[in-house]
Amino acid sequence: MLVIENLHAKVEGREILKGLNLTVNAGEVHAVMGPNGSGKSTLAHILAGRAGYEVTAGRVTYDGKDLLAMDPETRAREGVFLAFQYPVEIPGVNNVYLLKAAYNAVRKYRGEEELDAVDFLGMVKERMKFMEIDQSFLSRAVNEGFSGGEKKRNEILQMLVLEPRLALLDETDSGLDIDALKIVAKGINQLRNPERAMIMVTHYQRLLDYVEPDFVHVLAGGRIIKSGDRHLALELEKRGYDWVLAEAAA
Amino acid sequence: MTSVAEAVRPYAENFESMQAALAACTPDWLAILRHAAFARFAEQGFPSPRAENWKYTPTRPLEKRAFSFNAESSTAVGTKDIEGALLRASTACTLVFVNGCYSASLSRQSTVTGLRITVLDDALQHQASQLEQSLVTSDNWEHDPFTLLNTAFLQHGVTIELDAGTTLTAPLQLLFVSSKQSKPCASHPRIVLRMGKHSAATLVETWQGLDGADNFANSYTQIELAQAAQLEHLRVQREAAQEFHVSRVMAHQQANSRYASHTLNIGGRWVRTDLHSRLEAPDAETQFNGLYIVDNHQHVDNHTRIDHAAPDTRSDELYRGIVAGNGHAVFNGKVVVAEHAVHADAAQVNNNLLLSRNAEIDTKPELEIYADDVKCSHGATVGQLDEQALFYLRSRGLGEDEARSLLTGAFALSVLDRIVSPVLRDFARAQIRLALPGAVAMEAV
Repeated sequence: MLVIENLHAKVEGREILKGLNLTVNAGEVHAVMGPNGSGKSTLAHILAGRAGYEVTAGRVTYDGKDLLAMDPETRAREGVFLAFQYPVEIPGVNNVYLLKAAYNAVRKYRGEEELDAVDFLGMVKERMKFMEIDQSFLSRAVNEGFSGGEKKRNEILQMLVLEPRLALLDETDSGLDIDALKIVAKGINQLRNPERAMIMVTHYQRLLDYVEPDFVHVLAGGRIIKSGDRHLALELEKRGYDWVLAEAAA
Repeated sequence: MTSVAEAVRPYAENFESMQAALAACTPDWLAILRHAAFARFAEQGFPSPRAENWKYTPTRPLEKRAFSFNAESSTAVGTKDIEGALLRASTACTLVFVNGCYSASLSRQSTVTGLRITVLDDALQHQASQLEQSLVTSDNWEHDPFTLLNTAFLQHGVTIELDAGTTLTAPLQLLFVSSKQSKPCASHPRIVLRMGKHSAATLVETWQGLDGADNFANSYTQIELAQAAQLEHLRVQREAAQEFHVSRVMAHQQANSRYASHTLNIGGRWVRTDLHSRLEAPDAETQFNGLYIVDNHQHVDNHTRIDHAAPDTRSDELYRGIVAGNGHAVFNGKVVVAEHAVHADAAQVNNNLLLSRNAEIDTKPELEIYADDVKCSHGATVGQLDEQALFYLRSRGLGEDEARSLLTGAFALSVLDRIVSPVLRDFARAQIRLALPGAVAMEAV
């Protein structure tokens, strides 16, 4: 589904990704871990199409198409979803409006009819209940005045409504208490199926206790230096990153 | 550069014609009033570009145009032309003026206890003596050339009086329609609103230009709020693309009175609005909200002034602007706190979105504080749309244009959230949507 080959990228003239390779197939959940500043968030942002990154070499194909050539909205309509590490507050735009506009943008792109308001609201309310989000939230402005946990839950709610094929979760566990973490994990697990793939970018093992990855990769110095299964994450939790870095340097 | 005499000449000719036409039905006091005002105007002419208040708004584009003083017959404007500018909800009265002149056929008046409405157009001919007290007021506009012109050509407009204790449940609407004339015309409407103690009302004032109109409206509004009177006042300024608009609003507020003014500038070619409120007794409170949407080659200038002339007075001001194309917007917010006006509380914010390289905004807060123990704040911002918010919306599948329009609309709508009356708020939203199709983001699905 997603093939990243020899990806090099710069931010403000500084090279952050230095030859990253990663292949993700449908049905797989990948965790990308690594020390701070290793390029984890850069990878998520580049895949979602954020401006300010210069790709200097390599390529990314998504379902055989050149992902990097698409603008952010086309990626979203093609089924790529980024759950932000820091969801943006948008005063004056309410949640239900954004959800509906986003949902219908995808349907329109696929040549499908827009869902009528009643069916749409029914679907959203059901998913809100699943994410334990109060109904009053619908008429509130997007992320405005939300706590850290509410923002993350809102990201997962959007993901459940939009049902992407490739979900990119950027530090979704950061800033969550244990109850919020469980709800967020429940949302992510709900979406796992053989047609979908996920990349979870995370610093800690915490989220992986609840969302079990099929593959774990260590990103350091702009490249993936080690890959393994979920046991690698457990080992990183116990021993830290230094031994992997030493192993890679040898 | 045009000399004072040159710029004044067409107005002098108009003044002579009007004098001749109205001589038979003009009482002495009115003739004297008009004469004195015109003489002062002729002496000083239009504002100098060096005058601080006019620094960013030269009057030359206006001076270059010749306007006739009276409109042709107004019967060409029909109900269909004004539909979109009228409130859908029922009103206490709807007065329609076409090119400055009152139109009885388009207006709707009903009898409401405690409410007296006098249309100047007729009353100045038949019962002028009773109007003297309302129309001759001393205020601080005596050096303002546009106020002088308004008085010199005083002929049209309305006085609205509300008895003490009267609460109007339905809004009042004044609609000034401007239509295409064979020769552009100038109108100088006068609006007088006197509200008795503990009275309450909402007023919608709309300036609507029809396609092709290229006239000049120069209005003057006097508002008097007696003790504990409450007024919510929505002004929608939406003239046609080639029109000139000047308006002055002067509110005098007594103890515990509350004035909320909402100004929407969404039309016209060259627009200047001055809005003043004088808080003359303790616990008087004023709120100024404004939204200007300036595009193409429009020039829109809002000058506001709040005088805290008594202790424990409060003011709260929020103006927002969206400036695109080759538009030029000016905001000047003056707040004066007199020496004895202790515990005054004044807050002012002006936010601007600049949407194009050629757009220009000149914004200036002006605080003059002579009292100790006051709470005053002000802030002005000029910026573009938030790139992070744009990316966030696009990452959810919204196209770039849609995302921009949504964020622009949201920026504008937050001003309208401050309108208390649901009827006024809905009307304001509908008017804004005509200028900003993206102003929908907080509506129900």
